[in-house]
Amino acid sequence: MNEAKSATGIGASVKRKEDVRFITGSGCYTDDINQPGQSHAAFLRSPYARARIESIDASAALEIEGVIAVLTGADMVADGLGDIPCGWLVKQKDGSDMVSAPHPPMAATQTNYVGEPYGVVIADTLAAARLGMEAVLTDFTELDAIVDLATVRDSEQIHEGVEGNLAFDWELGEREATEAALASAAHVTRLDLTNNRLIPNAMEPRAALGIFDKVSGEHTLYTTSQNPHLARLVLSAFVQIAPEHKLRIVAPDVGGGFGSKIFIYAEETAVIWAARKVGRPVKWTADRSESFLADAHGRDHITHAELGTDEEGRFVALKVQTTANLGAYLSTFGSAVPTYLYGTLMAGQYSTPNIYVEVQGVYTNTAPVDAYRGAGRPEATYVVERIVETAARELGRDPVELRRLNMIKPDQFPYETPVALVYDTGNYEASLAKALVHADYAGFAERRAAAAAEGKRRGIGLACYIEACGLAPSNLAIQLGAQVGLYESGEIRVNPTGSVTVFTGSHSHGQGHETTFAQVVSDKLGIPFEDVEVVHGDTGRVEFGLGTYGSRSLAVGGSALIRAAEKLITKGRRIAAHMLEAEVDAVEFIDGDFLVKDSNQSLSFAEIAFAAYVPANYPEDLEPGFSEKAFYDPENFTYPAGTHIAEVEVDVDTGVVELKQFVAVDDFGNVINPMIVTGQVHGGVAQGAGQALLEQAIYDEFGQLVTGSYMDYCMPRADDVPDFTVDTTVTPCTHNPLGVKGCGEAGAIGSPAAIMNAVTDAVGDNSISMPATSEKVWRALR
Amino acid sequence: MEQSGEYRVQAGLDQVWQGLNDPEILARCIDGCLTMEKTSEDRFETTVKARIGPVSATFHTVLELTEVVAPTRYTINASVTGGAAGFARGTAQVRLSEDPDRSGATMLRYAVKANVGGKLAQVGSRLIDGAARKMANDFFAAFGEEISGEVPVATGANAPEVERFEASGQWKIWLIVFAALAIGVILAL
Repeated sequence: MNEAKSATGIGASVKRKEDVRFITGSGCYTDDINQPGQSHAAFLRSPYARARIESIDASAALEIEGVIAVLTGADMVADGLGDIPCGWLVKQKDGSDMVSAPHPPMAATQTNYVGEPYGVVIADTLAAARLGMEAVLTDFTELDAIVDLATVRDSEQIHEGVEGNLAFDWELGEREATEAALASAAHVTRLDLTNNRLIPNAMEPRAALGIFDKVSGEHTLYTTSQNPHLARLVLSAFVQIAPEHKLRIVAPDVGGGFGSKIFIYAEETAVIWAARKVGRPVKWTADRSESFLADAHGRDHITHAELGTDEEGRFVALKVQTTANLGAYLSTFGSAVPTYLYGTLMAGQYSTPNIYVEVQGVYTNTAPVDAYRGAGRPEATYVVERIVETAARELGRDPVELRRLNMIKPDQFPYETPVALVYDTGNYEASLAKALVHADYAGFAERRAAAAAEGKRRGIGLACYIEACGLAPSNLAIQLGAQVGLYESGEIRVNPTGSVTVFTGSHSHGQGHETTFAQVVSDKLGIPFEDVEVVHGDTGRVEFGLGTYGSRSLAVGGSALIRAAEKLITKGRRIAAHMLEAEVDAVEFIDGDFLVKDSNQSLSFAEIAFAAYVPANYPEDLEPGFSEKAFYDPENFTYPAGTHIAEVEVDVDTGVVELKQFVAVDDFGNVINPMIVTGQVHGGVAQGAGQALLEQAIYDEFGQLVTGSYMDYCMPRADDVPDFTVDTTVTPCTHNPLGVKGCGEAGAIGSPAAIMNAVTDAVGDNSISMPATSEKVWRALR
Repeated sequence: MEQSGEYRVQAGLDQVWQGLNDPEILARCIDGCLTMEKTSEDRFETTVKARIGPVSATFHTVLELTEVVAPTRYTINASVTGGAAGFARGTAQVRLSEDPDRSGATMLRYAVKANVGGKLAQVGSRLIDGAARKMANDFFAAFGEEISGEVPVATGANAPEVERFEASGQWKIWLIVFAALAIGVILAL
């Protein structure tokens, strides 16, 4: 761990500024905001997975007191609103574009998943809106639902023009070389895996408040977004709700996102449109049932993988074939997650020379699937780390030793993988070694024997994961199909008294930006932590931004702030040189003071700021004011990596799996706030434990979501997880000014594979799939 | 969802059969029943309104009877739509027989297979078993009193006395919603 310069500087475990309001109920979330004359929206949602809308009779609803309007998908079409676009265009094997079916904000003619909105009732009160919603009579003709991934290709076509329900057939790597290497391998391990479908479950459900000012023509949308500028861009340029300069999007306090609040959804779109239609502010807050149905889900893959090894156990080839469920429509990043955020990670931490990945992305009559904490990388890690563990078992090798043999060595960086990435730096063996010590790997046999003596089965499992974070070098992302650049903006406005207001295009929905970004800026400018205010989440205040996802905030947004601070320091040196009658080159900036070399002359940051705004005797070539901004575009992804070790105990009589120990040793590069990093790892591991042991979204054969509430969808609770052991190793990122890599997703990336390796080790059955419920484990033990 | 049940009604076979085919009697036995119409010899249509707090829905049920062998059996195909609340559909096989142990009493047995959609499916099919059984019990209590003045008794291993739910408003609506399907079961008797 890097040493902190001060109690609030980089490397210090500063308590989170924002927590005071969060834990005292003083936060201001979208639903806390109210407007005079505000009306409420209740959405009409399809009860069928696939149905034609024959007619909508709103007459009874409109008679209900308080109901103002019933607006439908057809009304949106009539108003000329566009479809919601997918933000990442994936090229298929044959070079053609993926097949993106039109995604109307609200269905006009056909619904394609249960819960899909096809209309909205606006009323004076929420109660009236709901009564109205229930009084609308919609005549549907139900069509057969296409749900099963195994048969979807041969099923009826969901979207016109999408043959075999195939959105894309994508590949990465060298097929022939990989197959040849597999054919001549000494041993080939084969594994079939399912990556279970998850529902994000942010603590705060999605919400929106749309306001239209008919005098100025300005639209304002308060909403739960991880990236308000991106939302504004899409809503103006594609959906054509309003011109960009007449649309302001504010994402105030947001209670968790995990990816699910990146995307452009129907409801937020409809609310701002409806506000203009009815001439009153319109508010909508999802109830938990709506979140289950209509938030984009995560994961949902079936995969066949083959790993070839030579006589010594060196990996010679990995071939992965995946079918990825995209849901009914391509959500904002739905096409990128199972391709470029998945296939590119198949090298893992290993120097496997031949890798080939093919992914078929398919449409089904289920909710759209998109990024969920980790987004593609947990799925990739699950494939790599499960098959490596399986290979070790088949070869009778110690899984640690087999991994170590194949790991990319510290002197091999930068390391170019066969799947398009160049890892800049890392030391995988260091994290592994540290994790083994924390986990007392050597003492496991003893613990297993002790458990056996009590009639329990104990198992241990590793996952040595890698992820690509800090999305992303724009030129690379655009080459790969991104429709926007993935830089970030940062602005530092210095007030005349020397305090600063920082504007970032990143968005905090629980990550603690107000604290870490203030640490970074105060450290860089040598000013008190308390003098830094961080502003984010408002297109009316922050110039532009691409938001927070893919563990990018600090690596990209934080780097932009460093660039802006550097510009400030450059200007400050010029001001100081002028004031102190020195050459600019002779002025140094050290810990908040501008000093003239070899003299005792100096001016503080605050003095320079004041001079900048009260510019007496300024030379002509020096502008007044002290404010700088920067756009930072990373050169490469960052590559956090580490080793997670899980230990479980299985009760033979009940099949209950208890997670006894979890060790995470991660290399996130430099760490700004160790306490926040630890918290992020804790949360991520708990989510990963949820995926491994508890959570699964299930649609029945008719496309009905049967896990539509917390009675049937099991989230992890405090007593489902042990006291985690979290530690770090550090190889600073080589290409960003902070040397940071990102820590937001790692916990959820490494843990499912580690836990499942432990469960299958304990049970002695490698076929157990996630979630390893007591029923599944109990059956496997019989 | 699959469910079966068995009841003893203190009335003769023909009387029970007639009662179950009399829309007026049925309507009186179903809480919240707005309409009950026998639209043809083998078809009933009913609407049931349920309202708790701000949540309100009208459930429209169409029941078609097949394989009718009066007065002992038939099969019913039920379709229940409740707008925003979702829908249910299913088939029930129903048999009536004289109670061999007690003269003048009739045994009613039903077996239903159903699937539900929309909110009904989402809220938890595991609740629906209990809810449907409770509805069946409530209906039989009313029906038995209506035709014989005595409350019928749930019998057999598959029809235990259902505990009373002290339901919250949100919860209760699902019970009532599912009553529509239970009504289908009952009508077929």
